[in-house]
Amino acid sequence: MKNQDLNINKEYEYGFTTDIESIRAPKGLNEDTIKFISNIKKEPKWMLDWRLKAFNRLSSLKEPNWQKPKYPKINYQNLYYYSAPKSSSEKPKSLDEIDPKILETYKKLGIPLVEQQRLNGIAVDAVFDSVSVATTFKDELTKKGIIFCSISEAIQEHPDLVKKYLGSVIPLSDHYFATLNSAVFTDGSFVYIPPNTRCPMELSTYFRINASETGQFERTLIIADKGSYVSYLEGCTAPMRDENQLHAANVELIALDDAEIKYSTVQNWYPGDKNGVGGIYNFVTKRGACRGKNSKISWTQVETGSAITWKYPSCILQGDNSVGEFYSIAITNNYQKADTGTKMIHLGKNTKSKIISKGISAGNADNTYRGLVDINKKATNSRNYTQCDSLLMGNKCGAHTVPYIKNKNSTSTIEHEATTTKINEEQLYYCNQRGLDQEEAVSLIVNGFCKEVLQQLPMEFAVEAQKLVAISLEGSVG
Amino acid sequence: MLKITNLKATINEKLILKGLDLDIKPGEVHAIMGPNGSGKSTLANVLSGKNGYEIEGEISFNGMNLNDLKIEERAQKGIFLAFQYPLEIPGVNTNIFLKTSLNSVRKARGEKELDTLTFLKLIKEKAKELNIDEKFLSRQLNVGFSGGEKKKNEILQMKLLEPKLSILDETDSGLDIDALRIVADGVNSYKNKENAFLIITHYQRLLDYIKPDFIHVLSAGKIVKTGNADLGEQLEKTGYANLS
Repeated sequence: MKNQDLNINKEYEYGFTTDIESIRAPKGLNEDTIKFISNIKKEPKWMLDWRLKAFNRLSSLKEPNWQKPKYPKINYQNLYYYSAPKSSSEKPKSLDEIDPKILETYKKLGIPLVEQQRLNGIAVDAVFDSVSVATTFKDELTKKGIIFCSISEAIQEHPDLVKKYLGSVIPLSDHYFATLNSAVFTDGSFVYIPPNTRCPMELSTYFRINASETGQFERTLIIADKGSYVSYLEGCTAPMRDENQLHAANVELIALDDAEIKYSTVQNWYPGDKNGVGGIYNFVTKRGACRGKNSKISWTQVETGSAITWKYPSCILQGDNSVGEFYSIAITNNYQKADTGTKMIHLGKNTKSKIISKGISAGNADNTYRGLVDINKKATNSRNYTQCDSLLMGNKCGAHTVPYIKNKNSTSTIEHEATTTKINEEQLYYCNQRGLDQEEAVSLIVNGFCKEVLQQLPMEFAVEAQKLVAISLEGSVG
Repeated sequence: MLKITNLKATINEKLILKGLDLDIKPGEVHAIMGPNGSGKSTLANVLSGKNGYEIEGEISFNGMNLNDLKIEERAQKGIFLAFQYPLEIPGVNTNIFLKTSLNSVRKARGEKELDTLTFLKLIKEKAKELNIDEKFLSRQLNVGFSGGEKKKNEILQMKLLEPKLSILDETDSGLDIDALRIVADGVNSYKNKENAFLIITHYQRLLDYIKPDFIHVLSAGKIVKTGNADLGEQLEKTGYANLS
């Protein structure tokens, strides 16, 4: 009856900055910057050539503009493309050599890197601005022949694998941001699982943007060889700033015969303040190739942060009987915008794909599901099931569903279901009557709405994700 | 415990309750009967604090002015409403809902929150008393429950939260005779000198099992007649039409 005091918007918990001396490339996007990056990483010539090739292609490409969220023109010449803590210019050999300030940063983020406090059963690669600062559990993994390291290290140590697979799923000149990434990518994770190996622990990368006026260009490459399995999770945070920072990542997954990759994302970049000032532009290209027969790639994403989220984790189902899955929760509050979904390209026979998307919009935010299901002529007996549910809170937000469906094969079937609902006042009343306050009630109902997706997450992260869902919506119902 | 003085409630510019007085003391069972549209459910909604009503008059509950309290604060202070149409909340496990609810109330009462194991032990006991299959507790809240199951679930929540004042809004509607008996047993087993009940119903049927101390007849937003348990039987024969 009395109106709830819900104006208290909980501060973004990870908005702090670490005061640390860093080495930066000179401002601007040009050949010299690319040479600087390649040089500081002591890359072989083939890598530099690849980057320069991408850079040359860039001039013939334009930024896409078909997406729903528009953004002011980015001045690419006014950005730093490389920023690394000075202390890590020589990659530390052990955790003892890592700058304590960085260790402290990750500790504050809940990602302890030091031996005694490590997360149980989870190996972490920690990326700070443009460089990987630490990878845990490396020795244990090496014993099984599993390679888990930064992409920079993989370029040095495993050039054959990198040469063979880098750019094989996202071609060099795929689109503007993917090509930009190919030219200037700085770090990210590399995973290789040898044949018939089940990776014994969750692998994860924690991305942290710290420096200002810096773009983060992450590059991740995961290869699951025949009959192998890996579950990988990435998390992301950034300080609170008035400027918009660009995070343009490329993630490529390759699953060979009978292999399975499970890739989960909990994205909590700084979303901007409640008037829409600042926040990360999260323009990401994620694509997986089910190259072998019976292979499977499953994407799960919980997108709660960023001023603009623009990504379509996709599966190319080349191998016969291969399976692609996409489970997504996208939450937008205040002035956040998200245009996200997936592409399922069915090429092989008996290929299956499943899309479960939950969009939640509050405040003045705008949330779009955009997805493509494309069943090729040769993909006989293929199936897709798509379910898109949108939940609206309040009267000023928007939800949009834009499915593209192409079926060129008469033996294949596609199902699409979509719902849009407003948060139900009666449900809130019922919860309140049982003693739950408004925030608890919203959190409970929204977590119920997202359950199918949340339960896809590895157990350790599901609880965190549930809390994040609740925090992201704080102050959204009055 | 509850004292209502000259209560008026308006919704969408329509006056529903037109000056209602009611006094409920600990240990008492009050029944409100009356024709459709007389304001029975409105009274339940207003007492629980549901949004959308304009209120005049006083509602005092154990010395507190209820009008000052939010819905959840009233619940935490011991007002429980068994809904006529319990809500379905998809994706939310019944156990988790009940645990969250109980712990919110316990926290407000200054009691220790229960951990999962202690809670599960408690809820299993309570469910058994009401003949509720444990499997229900791991299903989504009220989703796909039959009418009877939903109502039993309401009584389960009542027994779990241990309210001071329990308002049952047409809990008997849609119940077969076995379910009705279970619900009534649930109420009777919880009844004691400290707590009170306000039972809203159309029919005498439920009152055969739960004996009220007072029956009030609500008509056009006012209590027009108050009597003891015999009044119900009389109404069953003569109907409401001859009353006012």
